[in-house]
Amino acid sequence: MSEPLARPRRKNPLARTRLPLLPQGARSRTAHGLTAAAAEGRFALQVCADCGHVLYPPRDACPRCLSAKLPFKNIDPNGRLIAETTVRISTDRYFHERMPWRIGTVQLDAGPAIVAHLHGDTVEGERVRLTLKLDKSGSAVMFALPAQETPHMQADRHWREMTCDPQYRRVLISDGRNAVGQAMAKAFAEAGASTVFVGIADPWKPFPGEAELRNIAPIEVVPLDVTDTASVAELAAQNGGRIDILVNTAEHVRPGGIIERGNLSVAREEIDIRYFGMMRLAQAFGPALRFRGADGVNSATAFVNLLSVHALMNWPAYGASSAAEAACLSASQCLRAELRPGGVKVLNAFFGPLETEWYQTVPPPKLAPAALARAVVAALQDGLEDIFVGDIAQDVRERLNTNPKALERELGSH
Amino acid sequence: MTTTPDLLAFANAIASGTIRVIDLTQTLSPEFPTIVLPPEFGQCAPFRMEEISRYDARGPAWYWNNFTVGEHTGTHFDAPIHWVSGKDLPDNAVDTIPPAKFIAPAAVLDCSKEAADNADFILTIPFVEAWEAKHGRIEAGSWVLLRTDWSKKSYADYPGLRDDGAHTPGPGPEVVKWLVEERDVHGFGTETIGTDAGQAHHFNPPYPAHFYMHGKGRYGLQCLTRLDQLPPKGAVIVAAPLKIKQGSGSPLRVLALVKA
Repeated sequence: MSEPLARPRRKNPLARTRLPLLPQGARSRTAHGLTAAAAEGRFALQVCADCGHVLYPPRDACPRCLSAKLPFKNIDPNGRLIAETTVRISTDRYFHERMPWRIGTVQLDAGPAIVAHLHGDTVEGERVRLTLKLDKSGSAVMFALPAQETPHMQADRHWREMTCDPQYRRVLISDGRNAVGQAMAKAFAEAGASTVFVGIADPWKPFPGEAELRNIAPIEVVPLDVTDTASVAELAAQNGGRIDILVNTAEHVRPGGIIERGNLSVAREEIDIRYFGMMRLAQAFGPALRFRGADGVNSATAFVNLLSVHALMNWPAYGASSAAEAACLSASQCLRAELRPGGVKVLNAFFGPLETEWYQTVPPPKLAPAALARAVVAALQDGLEDIFVGDIAQDVRERLNTNPKALERELGSH
Repeated sequence: MTTTPDLLAFANAIASGTIRVIDLTQTLSPEFPTIVLPPEFGQCAPFRMEEISRYDARGPAWYWNNFTVGEHTGTHFDAPIHWVSGKDLPDNAVDTIPPAKFIAPAAVLDCSKEAADNADFILTIPFVEAWEAKHGRIEAGSWVLLRTDWSKKSYADYPGLRDDGAHTPGPGPEVVKWLVEERDVHGFGTETIGTDAGQAHHFNPPYPAHFYMHGKGRYGLQCLTRLDQLPPKGAVIVAAPLKIKQGSGSPLRVLALVKA
């Protein structure tokens, strides 16, 4: 049985910070099919299109019929832990520091037997549920969980290596003036974050929800304006070394397309707040996040981007705004590569129209800020990298997979 | 018989401190409040600065910055072209205003007591007449500067934002029209974020300091500070905006020359 996570002791400010190490992360191009599934929290294996054989590890030819048609498909993740062992010594620097480490063989109901990392509550001979997780190197690994939830299972030491659980971590919400930022602050407070720093720009400007925000216990309001390089640098200088999860909630949603904008004033604000804002946060907080990727139980663990799903396909009704979102999406991919050496994940949460002021005239379905916040917290608890929250985001994702050109035309037709 | 002014004596008086130079300018900084418009309108950019280099790899021996700023950010000058009522006047933009207009005397109306407990204090004709009874008539070509001590407020209180908009003192419509037509003033200057009162949107006409002053080719100054160091009369204001092609205004350094 897992023990509840103990509140980490305050760090000795005189102690050396141990540098992050990564497990071996090289994968074949085909094997990144597992990475793609792990990033979204799916369990997928190759299934031979010709003979139906379920394969593991990933291959380029079916070992049964030699077919090269081996698409990844979502598979029943249930099976039995048929053998386990505990590794006590390793020459690998990453595992060496984390010994002992349990691994075992899972016989999947779907066919293959797979060597996996084991959650502490799994028992040899018992049923387990296999998951694909992104380890600190960002590549997919197999991780077996007990078939049923167990108390405090989130606190398992190995599991915490794979996830970005906010519990006892210190979170920075970059903009608490808007509904999403406030919902996010509350969700992280409820998820057990030890401190939730909430950035407020232009503190002389009152905003709705201010009193409530200031009254939530682990929330600490801090001056932060993502459009002001000096302000971002100042907060990073003061608090950068004790922020484990950064959630960029700065938004600037305005309807209108490229021609309709008329000039660059609003477009500049969009780029300044969204793209440059993200860049300022990454430049100011990124180095400390990357440096602190193995800094104990509350190590630095994630940078969260909130992205309109129209970063993936422009929605001309909000066309200029969609373009700024696309810039952020591209930057997030770069940031992933830059933070990966520290074992720090970049979570992209995609969503459609929100139940907020700037989508006032957009018909439902719309996503409540609180639902988005819950989904982000859940994704961090699960260690995911890409989530599509709400009906519109999921619909856009599916249509992108099937016929992106049709999606482009349909989004542009009304 | 007119005597030629002795400019060297003037320079010496400044150097020796016989003439004091008072800086009426707020520091341009990212934190200083910028005017707030409804979010569907275009917004005035706040002051922002990006370091180009600071004796480092980006430029080893020199420190310099790029900055961005709106024409109406911080202590700034309003040209007549800023308002629709002044849009067709000659020499109405910061680059075409004759440079002699950038130096003018000032009448400083002290409303600090009246505004202390009343953010919606409105300047009226009787108030100015009472001031004139004490200090003499406002000379033609004078800046009229409204001292409210608003520059001493915290950033939170300075713009006076409440759930029904901004609350800061300013002039009523009648007095602005009267200052222009009956006193032929040079312009109107305030310590607050604009030349008009916070609630001037509800006046008739809305924003009278803008409407009447700029409609008659007069100028505006706002976000001034240290007006409490100026005499009611006798100060000379030096306020030259940046020479921006067809600019509607600009941040600037405002100096007051005062007899020590």
